[in-house]
Amino acid sequence: MNLEEYKGVFVFAQQVDNKVSSIALELIGEGKRLAEKLATQVTAILAGSEVKGLADELAAYGADKVIVVDDPELKEYRTEPYAHALASVIQKYKPEILLVGATAIGRDLGPRVSARVHTGLTADCTSLEIGDFPINPVPGKEQKHNQLLMTRPAFGGNTIATIACPDFRPQMATVRPGVMQKLPKNEGAKAEIEEFNPGFTPDNKYVEIVKVVKNLTDTVDIMDAKILVSGGRGVGSPENFKLLDDLAAAIGGTVSCSRAVVDAGWKSKELQVGQTGKTVRPNVYFAIGISGAIQHLAGMEESDIIIAINKDETAPIFDVADYGIVGDLNKIVPMLTEQIKAEMAAKN
Amino acid sequence: MKVVVCVKQVPDTKGGVKFNPDGTLDRAAMLTIMNPDDKAGLEAALRLKDKYGAEVTVVTMGLPKAEEVLREALAMGADKGILVTDRVLGGADTWATSQTIAGAIRNLEYDLIITGRQAIDGDTAQVGPQISEHLGIPVISYAQNIEIEGDSVIVERQYDDRYHVLKAKMPCLITALAELNEPRYMTPGGIFDAYKAEITTWGRADLKDVDDSNLGLKGSPTQIARASDKVRKGQGEKVTLDPSESVAYIIDKLKTRHVI
Amino acid sequence: MDFTLSKEHEMARTLFKEFAEKEVKPLAIEVDETEEFPRATVEKMAKAGFLGIPIPKEYGGQGCDVMTYVMCVEELAKVCGTTAVIVSAHTSLCCDPILTYGTEEQKQKYLPDLASGRKIGAFGLTEPGAGTDAQGQQTKAVLDGDEWVLNGSKIFITNGKEADVYVIFAITGMVEKRGRMTKEISAFIVEKGTPGFSFGTKEKKMGIRGSSTYELIFTDCRIPKENMLGQQGKGFNIAMHTLDGGRIGIAAQALGIGEGALDRTIAYVKERKQFGRAIGAFQNTQFQIADMATKAQAAQLLVYKAAMTKDQYTKDHKTSYSVEAAQAKLYAAEMAMEVTTKAVQLHGGYGYTREYEVERMMRDAKITEIYEGTSEVQRMVISSNLLK
Repeated sequence: MNLEEYKGVFVFAQQVDNKVSSIALELIGEGKRLAEKLATQVTAILAGSEVKGLADELAAYGADKVIVVDDPELKEYRTEPYAHALASVIQKYKPEILLVGATAIGRDLGPRVSARVHTGLTADCTSLEIGDFPINPVPGKEQKHNQLLMTRPAFGGNTIATIACPDFRPQMATVRPGVMQKLPKNEGAKAEIEEFNPGFTPDNKYVEIVKVVKNLTDTVDIMDAKILVSGGRGVGSPENFKLLDDLAAAIGGTVSCSRAVVDAGWKSKELQVGQTGKTVRPNVYFAIGISGAIQHLAGMEESDIIIAINKDETAPIFDVADYGIVGDLNKIVPMLTEQIKAEMAAKN
Repeated sequence: MKVVVCVKQVPDTKGGVKFNPDGTLDRAAMLTIMNPDDKAGLEAALRLKDKYGAEVTVVTMGLPKAEEVLREALAMGADKGILVTDRVLGGADTWATSQTIAGAIRNLEYDLIITGRQAIDGDTAQVGPQISEHLGIPVISYAQNIEIEGDSVIVERQYDDRYHVLKAKMPCLITALAELNEPRYMTPGGIFDAYKAEITTWGRADLKDVDDSNLGLKGSPTQIARASDKVRKGQGEKVTLDPSESVAYIIDKLKTRHVI
Repeated sequence: MDFTLSKEHEMARTLFKEFAEKEVKPLAIEVDETEEFPRATVEKMAKAGFLGIPIPKEYGGQGCDVMTYVMCVEELAKVCGTTAVIVSAHTSLCCDPILTYGTEEQKQKYLPDLASGRKIGAFGLTEPGAGTDAQGQQTKAVLDGDEWVLNGSKIFITNGKEADVYVIFAITGMVEKRGRMTKEISAFIVEKGTPGFSFGTKEKKMGIRGSSTYELIFTDCRIPKENMLGQQGKGFNIAMHTLDGGRIGIAAQALGIGEGALDRTIAYVKERKQFGRAIGAFQNTQFQIADMATKAQAAQLLVYKAAMTKDQYTKDHKTSYSVEAAQAKLYAAEMAMEVTTKAVQLHGGYGYTREYEVERMMRDAKITEIYEGTSEVQRMVISSNLLK
């Protein structure tokens, strides 16, 4: 493998039902940042059926070039034709870096493609940098420059590892959705568009889609929620949980609660966090009016970010909170909700 | 029908996480369990055994100690355990691991291979699909329901907002989600039988059609540049501010941490 | 002498622990509050083979040793005393005497269902006027043609209304013994649903509140002649020998309750702060914990020793485990009471609330000093063997 042949940052621009997924735009944004450091371009790979029209949107978010692989076999996502599309693009265009979203699709596609082209793949990255490998010079070992350093949590977030792929190309990563920043939309920006069809011949690896069932239930398991807005006895009344519902709606979270709230009959047991309830580990846990009995802490202290609002400054919840706010939830929460709405609106 | 289930012995993340000086995991120092997604895969296979009389062979790669997960699998009802262990296989990334396991499976007859979606230590979800690629068979990942129909397998495959019902001709590889089922418990008698059973141990020489350049640390395209224990969370900040300042404070933190 | 457990036993413990944590612990408070028999848990245990651990495979059991069974009861008791005694009474007091004294036909008929948990077992010896003093029995069985006719009642029967198969003791006549007329007692297997077999009142208990403790009433209850267990007149020996085994189960239950309370206390004293530091940093707490742990360890060794001695009996049908069982139960029960009481004390006011489960454990512990022979009876058993 002649590494020098491999140039450019490529991203897999995931689309579902001919709508560009948000992750595609995030990857273009991040890809652009990396491409600038390498003095190269960012190319989006757009695969699907009759998807060419989406190329402009990718351009508007920063793609310099779009490779369109358009084929009826790619209508609904299936591992094999998509893996074939992506692997063929790699073989033909030889990118230095290939980013794929760590979505359900990307995490299925990425490993199949990396295995086919024989390169490394780092899963679920939360941070990407260009740098040296080894990071610090090691006597007797060549230090390579301009390597992609891919950082990811492992062990359910207990550890952080930075991975490099010094001897194989492309350097492949799947990237966790919601972590990288999109670029501001630049209407009218144009990208070079290239159509490429490697040819699709169904074989044993093509599976048959018998049925597509779109989803699903609207009840959210609090154990799956990325953001939990959790209330305790301090919320005061079942009616007052409206404040939490609103906050959850604004930030895209789910409401949960402490045992006291369940015992008081304000909320169902399904929503209870703690030793006798569920153990949760969201990215963000708002503890609102929760004092933080040991039993409660046992069920949530592994959350990535804990934000506690409580008027009692000695409440034990502050011992585990990353950000503790001593104050009146009735005043803070509604204002916070409004502010988040404003921020979200500004972002879109 | 013959089913091969790949399982991994993983550190129980409820205990602490420990590292070797070179940044790789010190697996020997941690309590271990059968990886939860793999256990769901094993349960799926055992149900095929209950229903169709499938023969269930469990394969693991790891240190000699990984024999324990095979005993556990036997105690749950699996028929046969194969441990792939060799010094030269150590330090493997997902590429080298999948090459190793594919090399082992090439010695076996199979209609179905079931792996867990991902292991709780690495969280990569790569090894299953990569094995299928090396073996040239279809993969269906994130299975939430598995049925057999003639020479095909019908699987519900879960995505974010939908599921596909997929049909693939066997042989085929399926990756299982922990949500797929509620794995059965071992039985006490099964445990004692499992320790009487013979475990097959394979080393490098037993792997079929795999080049040395694809094995172990040397055969791993990815390399660890840096690894660390995530800084343990202690008490964070605590502020007493008026309500609007409090809100500004929270918004600032949410932005810094890329929540909004 | 080797104090390390085999790998098999270690793995079995992992299994029991995982099951207890996942399936039993979350329900323990509810079982205590509602006083309802945890039927769903029992079904799960049946599926996992927990209801036939020391029963040979040929009778549908797991074919494991008493040691494995004891560890199961111990791990269950760490999280729920009720669930532990259900298994203990079923296994030690019903399966075990049928296995030991049953005819081949009886074993084939009853053990597969019992060992697989399709049926639950119970044991009826105690009567209002007769606890350990079996001579105080009033329940009578009279042979009428091919049937025994039972009349009388049994009280405080564990698994009472939930069981399907009962080992019942009754007077079958009077015999002369050393110049005195004494009651001749025999054992019977009685199935639920037999006409004339009904249930009296449910006991409201201090602890192990989900365990279904009932009065059994026999009114002209006719059972087939072949349901006599063991020889006629050997009932007293069967009862005593069965209780020797039962005591090992109860000792394991007591051990688990004490260990469970100790585990919770250790966790609590590390978290709970007073005067600016964890209460575990105070020497009083440290010394209490040290004493609790030492006694729990001593109890475990006695219980395991008793289990191993019974395993020896299983092999040679000679070795007596009566004293070992009595010592294990005596010590483990008193340890459980002491450790749970200290656990409540170290938890302070929280320990007195039902949310912190040491309160329940203290209530559950008390019965282990009472049933299947009180601590006083255990002392009688131990000393009479020393002084005979």
